Amino acid sequence: MGTLSRADVEHVAHLARLGLTGEELTRLEGQLNHILDQYEILARLDTDAIPPTAQTIELENILRDDVARPSLTVDEALANAPAREGDHVVVPAILGGE
Amino acid sequence: MADRALTRLAAHEMAGRLRAGEVSARELAAAHLDEAEAGNGALNAWLVIDRSGALAAADEADARLAAARADGPAGLAALHPLCGVPVGLKDLVTVRGGQCTAGSRILAGYVAPFDAHITERLHEAGAVILGKLNMDEFAMGSSTEHSAYGPTANPWDLGRVPGGSSGGSAAAVAAHHVPLAIGTDTGGSVRQPAALCGIVGLKPTYGRVSRYGIVAFASSLDQVGPLGRDTRDAALLLHAVAGRDERDSTSAPIAVPGELLTLPASDDEAAGALKGVRLGLPREYFVAGMEPGVEARVREAVGALEAAGAEIVDVSLPHADYALAAYYIVAPAEASANLARYDGIRYGHAVRDGDILANYLATRGTGFGAEVKRRIMLGTYALSAGYYDAYYVKAQKVRTLIKGDFDAVFGAGIDALVAPTSPSVAWPLGARMDDPVAMYLSDVCTLPVNMAGLPGISVPCGLSDGLPVGLQLIGPAWSEARLFALARAYEGITAVAAWRGMEPPGLATASDPAGPIPALRAAALAGGH
Repeated sequence: MGTLSRADVEHVAHLARLGLTGEELTRLEGQLNHILDQYEILARLDTDAIPPTAQTIELENILRDDVARPSLTVDEALANAPAREGDHVVVPAILGGE
Repeated sequence: MADRALTRLAAHEMAGRLRAGEVSARELAAAHLDEAEAGNGALNAWLVIDRSGALAAADEADARLAAARADGPAGLAALHPLCGVPVGLKDLVTVRGGQCTAGSRILAGYVAPFDAHITERLHEAGAVILGKLNMDEFAMGSSTEHSAYGPTANPWDLGRVPGGSSGGSAAAVAAHHVPLAIGTDTGGSVRQPAALCGIVGLKPTYGRVSRYGIVAFASSLDQVGPLGRDTRDAALLLHAVAGRDERDSTSAPIAVPGELLTLPASDDEAAGALKGVRLGLPREYFVAGMEPGVEARVREAVGALEAAGAEIVDVSLPHADYALAAYYIVAPAEASANLARYDGIRYGHAVRDGDILANYLATRGTGFGAEVKRRIMLGTYALSAGYYDAYYVKAQKVRTLIKGDFDAVFGAGIDALVAPTSPSVAWPLGARMDDPVAMYLSDVCTLPVNMAGLPGISVPCGLSDGLPVGLQLIGPAWSEARLFALARAYEGITAVAAWRGMEPPGLATASDPAGPIPALRAAALAGGH
């Protein structure tokens, strides 16, 4: 299947939004490649005609009426926010400018 | 009765005495809180021991019991058997107003604004929640060493792991800190620690218990399961929490079997469940590398089941050897998606380091531990452009084959499968921390069951070198009552075995500063993670 280079490891860390130290990247490069080697066993199975399984217990779609009901208050929902202003969560600007 | 003796009762015995008015819920809670507070320095099983909350809940249970007694037999019959009985929760189950860390630094300081479905159900039953139990971070691990709050020790040997990820739950139950605890099982995280700590643990059918309010790891695999010191106790806890909840669309509208409340008290009567039962022995589960002592205990158990009337049939699950690799694609892939929510914006650990991307990198880089990062990396890679078909879709196809193996065996008239729970007994703290693949192999006998969505139970079947060995029974979907009946039968036929009822020897020394745990915990809290 694949072998991960250092650049690949850095790319995947970026996709996952994980800030990793140089030491962590080095250790992960070795460990991830060792784990990927274990996946090679799967290539021995011919699965071309096999459908994938995502859900093991056969359930039909379960629908309910679209009725408003009580939920968390604004204060409860915001109580864990690291930074809050009024009824809003404070986040850094994402559109440039000030 | 001396307080310590109260912690040696089974939950079903506590239920009987509570109803008879021979003991109060407050006395039971106080005895267990004392035991937990005295033993936790050496074990680090509990992240929270909630004395005031537990005593208040116990007083409410005592009021309900008194009112029911005044109403007579009908009033008592309407109460759940767990009314007034202490229970512990793995620290990934929300309790309104309390912490829910999932063993992670990234959820330090989070205060849950709502109760999980199972927390509501336990409150309705009148169970007394004593606190929150240690675990591998986000349930990723097999030893409870991947907790940001330090590892948990095994009560059988304070220098060894309790298994994981529900290691705090298993250790607390084995140490008599609490008779029952909730765990979760994604690849073996209830059954394997139950085996390594010498207790009973069940992973229910996918969909049996609602995950609403449970921190998600791998959503197509996660289930909530009970741990207890015997089958009757664990069955009572499953009964209390199981059933449909419309807030978890994967919880199934299937009735919870009443038999969970009526497992036989008599050993002989229980053993009768084995007459004419066909048990399959899957040859692939007796894996290379299994410890000889584990294999010997499991084969002795199979012999005992056969002698008691069960028919033992050799069977094959030909794709079992592929389950480990397929699991370690599916579970990390789902984990990488589930854990994307920890972004330091709405709740949890947050590091402000510049623009929003820098904040994400710093928050997640410092908030997650090494094993969680490893799995997020694996999962992100397996789902990334160019690799999705080769890894994720391939693994989902192999999953179809794994499930097909089980369907074929059960379709051919096998009532349940008998196998080891773990290929080894508890190993020394630290022994597998630098070798992720060796750690992953410890779940090789349990994770195929999650891949197929089936129920499995681990029951103690003796000791190897003085450490507990677990026997696993696996059944078709929704067969929990049958598994409990068979496991109860096995308890019945081994009731006189020398290892039954043994106190874990580590308890004799489980007081501060015994064992390596206090120093390891201090190092973890200082950031050596």
